[in-house]
Amino acid sequence: MSNLHMGDEVVLTAADLATLYDILMQQGFQAVGPTIQDGGLVLDVLGGPADLPQGWTSEAEAGSFRLAPRTDAAFFGYNLGMESWKKFFYPPRLALLQVQSRDDGGLHFQACSQEALPLALIGVRACELAALAVQDRIFLEGPYQDPVYAERRRAHFIIAVNCTEADAACFCASLGTGPGVTAGFDLALTEIINDREHLFLVTVGSSQGAAVMANLPHRPAWEELRQQARDLVRQAARSQSRALSTADLPRLLYDNYSHPQWDDVGARCLNCGNCALVCPTCFCHRLEDAIDLEGREAERWRLWDVCHTLQFSYIHGGCIRVSPKSRYRQWLTHKLAAWIDQFGTLGCVGCGRCLVWCPVAIDLTAEIPAIRGQQVKM
Amino acid sequence: MAPETTLASSGLSVCHHPMLPRPFRVVRHRRELRDTFTLILEPQDGPPEFPFLPGQFNMLYHPGAGEVPISISGDPGRPRHLVHTIRAVGNVTRLLQRYQAGDVLGVRGPFGAPWPVAEAVDRDVLIVVGGLGLAPLRPVIYHVLRHRQDYGNVEIIYGARSPRDLLFRRELEQWRGRFDLRVHVTVDSAGPEWRGGVGVVTNLIGRARFDPPQTTALVCGPGVMMRFSVQELRRLGVQPRDIYVSMERNMQCGIGLCGHCQLGPFFVCKDGPVFSFDRISPWFELREV
Repeated sequence: MSNLHMGDEVVLTAADLATLYDILMQQGFQAVGPTIQDGGLVLDVLGGPADLPQGWTSEAEAGSFRLAPRTDAAFFGYNLGMESWKKFFYPPRLALLQVQSRDDGGLHFQACSQEALPLALIGVRACELAALAVQDRIFLEGPYQDPVYAERRRAHFIIAVNCTEADAACFCASLGTGPGVTAGFDLALTEIINDREHLFLVTVGSSQGAAVMANLPHRPAWEELRQQARDLVRQAARSQSRALSTADLPRLLYDNYSHPQWDDVGARCLNCGNCALVCPTCFCHRLEDAIDLEGREAERWRLWDVCHTLQFSYIHGGCIRVSPKSRYRQWLTHKLAAWIDQFGTLGCVGCGRCLVWCPVAIDLTAEIPAIRGQQVKM
Repeated sequence: MAPETTLASSGLSVCHHPMLPRPFRVVRHRRELRDTFTLILEPQDGPPEFPFLPGQFNMLYHPGAGEVPISISGDPGRPRHLVHTIRAVGNVTRLLQRYQAGDVLGVRGPFGAPWPVAEAVDRDVLIVVGGLGLAPLRPVIYHVLRHRQDYGNVEIIYGARSPRDLLFRRELEQWRGRFDLRVHVTVDSAGPEWRGGVGVVTNLIGRARFDPPQTTALVCGPGVMMRFSVQELRRLGVQPRDIYVSMERNMQCGIGLCGHCQLGPFFVCKDGPVFSFDRISPWFELREV
């Protein structure tokens, strides 16, 4: 077997995917990836490549999502479902600590154990890798680290997938976060289906990835296939009709807190919080206590929260953000303006989930131009 | 509970887990006002001292109910006793009100950016406080009095709703008796027995002795009171960068991760709660931000 290095490109057949899966299992990883449950595309444990949504495609538009059959047998012929990979590193519900009353009247606090198998993430898109990098900045690079996130992010294997088609909701190309992957993976696949063959062009992204590939029967890549892969990704970028121009953010939003567009979007927004829950970078959470009936033991839980509720900004005496528009404004201004001040990066990666899963199809790629089109100073 | 987590002992380094409280025992519960009380705490175990900077806060935890952010009202020069002055206004603070000597609660902290006691050295110090706002500034007063020669004129302007809402009244009287400190007190309304001033704190700012360009002003109190105080200070010539205000938001983690305390680009828990006015001014008067 040849000695592989970062950046090398080799070719696997579709049938080799099962072998790749087996090798990762032997190395102790738990495989997670896209799979179809109850007619929806979710991320869950994969029993093998057969659990991937082979032969299905996604049709995602503002306010709508459908799975539809494909005419080919592509394993990765869809884009994004509702869930993002953040749930594996930043769980939606997490027991943080346990409290016990001592017999002497004292208290004992203990952090909850967070044991989890190292994960092999199969089918991570470019925008998702960008989102993980954003969450790394939040949970790992600030003055306080989240030890749970750090532990889960320490050991895993990432098989990224280059998008060769884009959904109508996608706008990663305008943000430079996709559709092709550039960094942050162990192996990256480009799925290519010809008349005769079903192949994966594999890019090695790490020494861990190289070691796994060394155990697989692979062929060196040839130029025609490389070119075909590049063309497919380029085509996926060109086909995106949505775009977000970021040149004047965050000034645009900070200068326009009283823009009439907020009234307009505020009248449409249901404040359901779907956009925040499906967003791969949103990180807000709340803390809740659970207590036993005797009051001797308590647990403190961390749960994902959304800034669209009254509760979110409640302080003694009332809520800060009372109007629905102020809560949507907080979400969008945080994501596209404050995020840059806080973490040195935009909070948006162009995945389009927030508009797809919005029940009233609010589309930030339309809201921002509306604010930009007619700027009103504070 | 959910199968994904177990409650066995943790492999995490306990002292580095920022969400893990430390148990503190109540040494004394002191009633301050009808709805306000002070808890004097010491650690149940571990290091006996709790160093903090004036203006920092802790998350106080009643197991089963939750945490509340409460600023430290004690003396930074006496870190063996952790002192919190609390108004019973919500679920957790009403539970904390029942704590008596010997009871144990959880403490995480200290968190937040302090009042600028270092930046104010060699300058006049003007402390403008309303209501419970005196509590987070009491550590500054202790610090300034302990290092009195480091500062110019020190003036405290304090407003409360009524004479019976005056916090730390005995200490106010002691401070008022000093020659190196001036204390101005006013109330919104009072009966005939009150011999002090009646009116808003902003009216007293002009009466204090300070050299505006050489003054650091520390302002803490209800939103309206802070707004008008800042206006008055600026009118008198105190520079926006020398005016400090303390902001308030919902806080759940104290470490800039839960997102609840955001105010424009800031996490109030981590970037504040104390802000210089020039930094916070674009967001200071905006509503619902």
